[in-house]
Amino acid sequence: MIKVENLHKSFGKNEVLKGISTEIKEKEVIAIIGPSGSGKSTFLRCINLLEEPTSGIITIGKDVVTDKRTNIMKVRENVGMVFQHFYLFPHKTVLENLTYAPMNVQGVSKKQAIEIADELLHKVGLYEKRGEYPNRLSGGQKQRVAIARALAMNPSVMLFDEPTSALDPEMVKEVLEVMKTLAHSGMTMVIVTHEMNFAREVADRILFLDGGQLVEDTPPAQFFTEPKSARAKEFLEKVL
Amino acid sequence: MLDFQAVVPSIPYILKGIGVTLQIVIGATILGMVLGILLALCKIGKIKVLRLIADFYTSIFRGTPLVLQLMIIYYAIPQLFDINIDPMPAAILAFGLNSGAYISEIIRGGINAVDKGQQEASLALGIPYAKMMKDIILPQAMKNIMPSLMNEFITLNKESAIVTVIGALDIMRRAYVVGGSNYHYLEALMVAGVIYYIMTLILTFLGKKLEKRMSRSD
Ligand SMILES: Nc1ncnc2c1ncn2[C@@H]1O[C@H](COP(=O)(O)OP(=O)(O)O)[C@@H](O)[C@H]1O
Ligand SMILES: [Mg+2]
Repeated sequence: MIKVENLHKSFGKNEVLKGISTEIKEKEVIAIIGPSGSGKSTFLRCINLLEEPTSGIITIGKDVVTDKRTNIMKVRENVGMVFQHFYLFPHKTVLENLTYAPMNVQGVSKKQAIEIADELLHKVGLYEKRGEYPNRLSGGQKQRVAIARALAMNPSVMLFDEPTSALDPEMVKEVLEVMKTLAHSGMTMVIVTHEMNFAREVADRILFLDGGQLVEDTPPAQFFTEPKSARAKEFLEKVL
Repeated sequence: MLDFQAVVPSIPYILKGIGVTLQIVIGATILGMVLGILLALCKIGKIKVLRLIADFYTSIFRGTPLVLQLMIIYYAIPQLFDINIDPMPAAILAFGLNSGAYISEIIRGGINAVDKGQQEASLALGIPYAKMMKDIILPQAMKNIMPSLMNEFITLNKESAIVTVIGALDIMRRAYVVGGSNYHYLEALMVAGVIYYIMTLILTFLGKKLEKRMSRSD
């Protein structure tokens, strides 16, 4: 489904990604773990070209997203993204946040967009908030709306960049529950996270990034008990 | 001594200038807003030529006196294009072009102040640039800069008094005409002053209300 070949990314002289290759199959749930500044966000953002790779090839489904001829806007419709700081549209209601892109990007009718939105809002448990503006919501609620907004485009992959890192501890669970349900429904997911228990429970594979390199690609059972690399061992000792 | 009795019969005549002043100010504001948005988009855009043109435009209109711009437009257009331009359209054009420069700076600041995450979220959803600007970024920018825009509008309302130099029959000009007809300049000008002041108060009040309405999502 997603194939990354020898991905490099530099900001000026600072080489942040140093040749990453991996493949993500349909319905797989990938957790990306690693120290701060290791390039996790940059890796994720290269997938939907929010950052332009310096070199390397990324393929999503049939689309070579790193090919200049590919219509990247079309690709992005198909790749949902959830950010640490939600980035809901503050001047639009919850419902409008969910219906805007389907109506304006995909040309879905208003009636149908609302139907889809309402169904998703039920799923994330926020139907009764559909008329509210985002500033009236708690962090956990905002993030659930942000997930629903991305899902409203009916994407085939969902990218999450530390979706619970900006939340108060008591709100982390409600967001992880929504993500867990999504994972069980068969969504392909790439999740940058510091929630080790969640990663262990939900992910099919752990990608451990350090210093811009993909140091380890292991199933969670092995990663958390006997990681292959010394760097991962060291990292886990610090965080667990 | 002051003798307001002498100008009372002429007050309705001066009051009619309100319509003229408002026409100029509203026309200029609309022109200024459209121009200001376009210039701001050029300034934040990726096309270097447009950026340079927009910056140059702004520096010219901010770097020369408004009254000069007004007179150049009023006298230059007939001379260059062999068409007559009435004081009103000349005034609207001059004030519109001028406030476009100021408004573009206000809007540019407003756009830059919108969280970069809004653009990221829009891009991630596949929203095209033009729609993102129109529906996501500009509405948020506008809300933040409402006070500055109202301020610009109020300034324009007062500064419009200089159209008197090209003979548009606004509040100022009419007061001057009345003063000239009975030599009670001071009284007539004071009437004009009161009218401008009350207009400013009303515009300030309306601006506050508008700001409140726009901040309902806060
Ligand atoms: N837009 C950018 N411009 C310059 N440097 C950046 C930019 N984004 C990230 N970096 C740098 O890239 C490195 C990796 O950042 P990031 O991918 O955000 O790491 P992580 O998400 O693992 O914490 C950091 O050193 C950061 O300073
Ligand atoms: Mg990060």
